[in-house]
Formats: sequence, C-alpha cells, structure tokens
Amino acid sequence: MGGKKVYRVLIGKPGLDGHDRGAKCIARALRDSGFEVVYTGIRRTPEEIAMAAIQEDVDVVGLSSLSGAHMELFTEVVEALKKHNAEDIPVIGGGIIPEEDIEELKKRGVKKVFTPGTPMEEIIKTFRELCEK
Amino acid sequence: MSVDPRYKEWEDKVLSKVLARFPERKKEFKTSGGLELPRLAIPDEIDDNYMEKLGFPGQYPYTRGVQPTMYRSRFWTMRQYAGFATAKETNERYRYLLEQGQTGLSVAFDLPTQIGYDSDHPMSKGEVGKVGVAIDSLADMEILFDQIPLDKVSTSMTINSPAAVLLAMYVAVGEKQGVPREKLRGTIQNDILKEYVARGTYIFPPRPSLRIITNIFEWCSKNTPLFNTISISGYHIREAGSTAVQEVAFTLANGCTYVQTAIDAGLDVDVFGKRLSFFFNATTDIIEEVAKFRAARRMWAKIMKNRFGAKDKKACMLRFHTQTAGHTLTAQQIDNNVVRVALQALAAVLGGTQSLHTNSKDEALTLPTEDSVRTALRTQQIIAYESGVANSIDVLGGSYLVEQLTDKIEEEATNLMEKIDEMGGVIAAIEAGFIQRQIEDSAYEYQRQIETKDRIIVGVNEFQSKESVKVPILKIDKEVENRQVKRLKEIKNNRDNTKVEKTLKALEDAAKGNENLMDYIVEAVKEYATIGEICGVLRGVFGEYRD
Repeated sequence: MGGKKVYRVLIGKPGLDGHDRGAKCIARALRDSGFEVVYTGIRRTPEEIAMAAIQEDVDVVGLSSLSGAHMELFTEVVEALKKHNAEDIPVIGGGIIPEEDIEELKKRGVKKVFTPGTPMEEIIKTFRELCEK
Repeated sequence: MSVDPRYKEWEDKVLSKVLARFPERKKEFKTSGGLELPRLAIPDEIDDNYMEKLGFPGQYPYTRGVQPTMYRSRFWTMRQYAGFATAKETNERYRYLLEQGQTGLSVAFDLPTQIGYDSDHPMSKGEVGKVGVAIDSLADMEILFDQIPLDKVSTSMTINSPAAVLLAMYVAVGEKQGVPREKLRGTIQNDILKEYVARGTYIFPPRPSLRIITNIFEWCSKNTPLFNTISISGYHIREAGSTAVQEVAFTLANGCTYVQTAIDAGLDVDVFGKRLSFFFNATTDIIEEVAKFRAARRMWAKIMKNRFGAKDKKACMLRFHTQTAGHTLTAQQIDNNVVRVALQALAAVLGGTQSLHTNSKDEALTLPTEDSVRTALRTQQIIAYESGVANSIDVLGGSYLVEQLTDKIEEEATNLMEKIDEMGGVIAAIEAGFIQRQIEDSAYEYQRQIETKDRIIVGVNEFQSKESVKVPILKIDKEVENRQVKRLKEIKNNRDNTKVEKTLKALEDAAKGNENLMDYIVEAVKEYATIGEICGVLRGVFGEYRD
C-alpha cells in the first residue's frame, strides 16, 4: 500500500433538528475528497454521537444543528467524549449560529464553527488539518 | 369582435355566480396610467387545445387559477409563520402581527412539540421554545390564543405526527371561547410522508401514521368541515434540495397516497377531497416557479378526476400556501434577502397562491426580529396594493415561455410519478431510499454549482464585500425551558390524574383496535393530558420510526 492514511470522520446531527441538507452535502463532499465518513442520521443524542465516534475510531467529529440548540448540544458532545476519555477527538460544528455563540462554543472546546455560505473547500480543509494533527 | 361562446358560457355559469356572492374589490381596475385592465386576458381564438390545457379560472383544469375572480375579489391570505419561547410570548407576537394587517395565523411549534415530547423529556433538552412555541397541554394552547377570537381568524398549524393532538386542543380552545367546531377555520399540516424524506419530525412508522391521518380526514368532515385536514407539502422537499420538477412529483405522489388510503378506508373522495390543501416553495427563479404552480394545479385536477373519479369540482382544485425559499437566504449582506424574498413572493402571486408567508431577511442567522418580520409582511402588502399584478388573473398565462415550461414540468413530473408507481408507490419508494436519494443528488449538484460558480449567489460566491454589520439577534434564553418545565409540573399537579389515566387507557384500547382515534384524543386533551403522554401511549401501540 504505502499510500496516504485514509482519514475517518463522523458527521452527527444532535438533538431533534431534521435539517440535514448541509450535513449530507458535507458528508458526500468529504467522501469525494477521499475521507471515510460515518453519518449518524438525524435525531441522535450527544451520548450516541460520542459513542459512535469512539466505536468507529474517527479522527474528527463534525456536528450540524439548525434549530438553535447548538450551545447545549455541541457542548454535551464535547463533554461526552471527555467522559469516555476521548477528548483527543476534535469536535467542529456548523449551522445557524450567531457570532456571539461562536466565541463561547470555542471556549467550551469546539475547535471551529462554520456558518451558512462557507465554501465547501474551506470546510474540507479544516477536517484535513484536524485529522493530520 | 364577437365574444367566444365558451368564454361567454364561463362568464354566465361560473363567473357570475361568484361575483354575486363575492364582489370585486373595485368597480373597475386600471393601470396607474389609467388604462383599463381586463379581468382575464384571453387569446383571440379559443380552441380545443386552449380549453383542454388552460380553460378559464375557477374551471377545470384550473391551470389559470382556482377562483374565477382570484385576487380581484380578495387578496391571498397574508400568513406569517411565527412561534417561539412560550405561549405567552407567541401570543403577543400574534396580536402584533394581526394589528399590522396580517390576515391569518400560522403556528410554529418547537421541535419537542412536533415530535411528541413534553418539555421535560431528556430529548427536549436545549430545544424547548427554540424553533417555535412550546406546547405541552391544553393549558398552553389556551394562552396561545388568548384574546384571539377563533371564529374570526383562520389558523394554520405546522404539525404533522401529533397533528391530531394539536387539532383536538384547538377544538377545545374554541369550545372554551364559545366557538362551535363547525365554525373553526384553518389548516393542519398533517403530511407525514414528506417527514420521512425531508423534514424529519416523524414519530410512528408509515402505516399507523396513515391510519391517524385517515382518522383525521373522517372526523373533520363531520366535526370541522371548514378545516383543511392536510397541507401536502413540497416546501420542505425543495428546501432539502429537490428541483422544481421533483417538488411537484413527490408532493403529488404523496397526495395520491393519502387519497388512495382514505378511499380504501371507505371515505368519499368528493367529501374529504375538498379539504386537501397544498404547500409549495417559491424560489427566486420566477418563471420556473410560476410554471410549476400552474402545472401542479392542472396535474392535480386531472389526477383527482381521472384516477380517483372525483366529481365535485372543489375536490379537483389544488389550493395552496406558499412560503418563500429559506434555503436561498444568505448570511452575507442580509439586506439582499429582502430583494430575494420580494421576487419569490411575486412568483407565488403570479402563480396564483391562496396564502403566503414571506421570510425575513435575518433568517440565515437567527429567528426573525419584530422589525424584520414587519418588512417581510410589508413586502406582500406592496405586491398586493402597489404592483398591480393582483388586478388581473394569471397575468403570465399565454406567454410562450411560461406555457412551454408549464407543459414541460407537467411532463417530467408525471414521468417521475409513474416511476414511483412502478416501484409500488411512495412508501415502497421511501423504504428503498429512492426519493431520499433523488433529493440528495439534486442538493449536492446545487452545492457543486455554487462551488464551481456555475451558479452565482450574490454576496456569497461573487460580489462579496467586507462587512462588520451587527445583526440584532432574537435569542431564546435557557430560562424559557426552565419556566416551561416548571409550568408543566404545576399542570400535572393540578389536574384530575385519575381522569387523565382513564382517557389515556381508552385511547390505548382504541389504538389497538380499528376505531377512529380523534374523539379519544379530544377527551384526553380536555383533561389536560400532555402531548408527551398522548404520543407516548401511541408510541407504545404503534412503535417508532428511525431512519
């Protein structure tokens, strides 16, 4: 083989939000860029997402929420990973997220937050950089 | 020039009856320069082809509109979708909107309500009051409609899996206000099939869900005859990424499934068929959208008449609500969204919509503020009162381009519907993942076009500018959830819990059998059984769907 390592990432939809257009598009774009992608489907609890990330041994977790519940839910995913000694898996997120929440989310351990209109290339680049770390 | 006999016949038999009952807004309609505007422009010669494809408004196949006078008698209903935090805050927003000239209500429920969880359920954490108002029991619903007379307004409720519960609560609030059931006007979305492919607020598997929907059709025809029992929705399918053709095809295919299920249950298509309504998206691609609305009307008329044997003309009419396209709003240069919404709203009006929601410019960032909601409503009012497009009917009808596109959309959507039929119908197509895949492919292609600049989005991938505008944010703070949970506790302590349990047990037994569930749900609701308790009983009997 000797080729590049294949990175594994998880795309998760925590909470009750059913808007999965963005999550699915990103999952597919990542696959097209050579990532292995686990997509959780909608309406998962933070605990379910953290457990899936650990069991699937992923390099990065990407979360999507458009219902305004990102503060609670993104934070809980970070905490659930910590609880299971998997805080080395970086968490990033995206959705309808106001500027002021982004700072707070970063303080709580979310590495990066994307808002609507972000070019796909930039998102993929972030996944790759975090995987390489 | 002599008047065409078929036009004359329409004037005598269709138009005159309606004019007698609903006079037009003005004696005569003129352009701003004083030129007279005809009610309906028609070709010099009316041939069989014209009659078959277009006909006259209010006449089969309704391509040119469902009413013979359209907006000359009454504008579309201006209905802004709203709801946030608790019933109290939302009630205040409704009364504000009604004061501003809005003509109908549209309730946005939060996700726990839409998925049948009480506010204190573990899955509700963080979601209470966020995308809509939190409703746990009748007590919340009473506050939601406080000082809003239900015999005067029509209310649309975006509720699907638990539609029966919210309808029961609405009926109960009406009773408390002294408004009899048969006078209540409104719409419940009640369209579960699109939830499995696009919107995600399903609870039960498809088959029991269809039973509840059929129960609602039957119960409403006897109890709330003015209520639209369903709003068969393409809106969310389009938001999830579909094309216009797919939106029409999947929506009408879903419609066929509901109609067939109800007919199989022994209901009369000419009775329940009149209370079906639709809900479509309006994007900025004006001409395609106008063609889409016209094609959908013609297709549904033919389907109801030819496939299902409907004889009542009202059962053949596709009446629809429109919302402007949320997915086209940008977080960049948000003032541009006002322009997008105006174009989209114009498309809906040119397409003959019965009611309209215009999005607010800030919705790619936050829940809309009061100011931005007002501008969105004003956009509709400007189209209605200033643009003049509401003074004649189907003003783009007869345009070579619009007619060609209308035909094309009908043809392609019909082909796609046939494909679904060949697969064994919508449920089989959902189970095979066919519809979901079609939507995903279109969404991905759309995104690819943006990335490669095949599709320009002003302010996003072209004409960007450095901005540092502070957008006012409407935030639902954590206190809302705490307050709602506390309130729920109080309600549970203050009601007659023995009676609650009795009504829930009766509902459970009914769900296990074949009875209509509506009366049981109404009884439970009146005892202040919560939405979580009622849906919990049904979850126990019907099981849960998971994608």
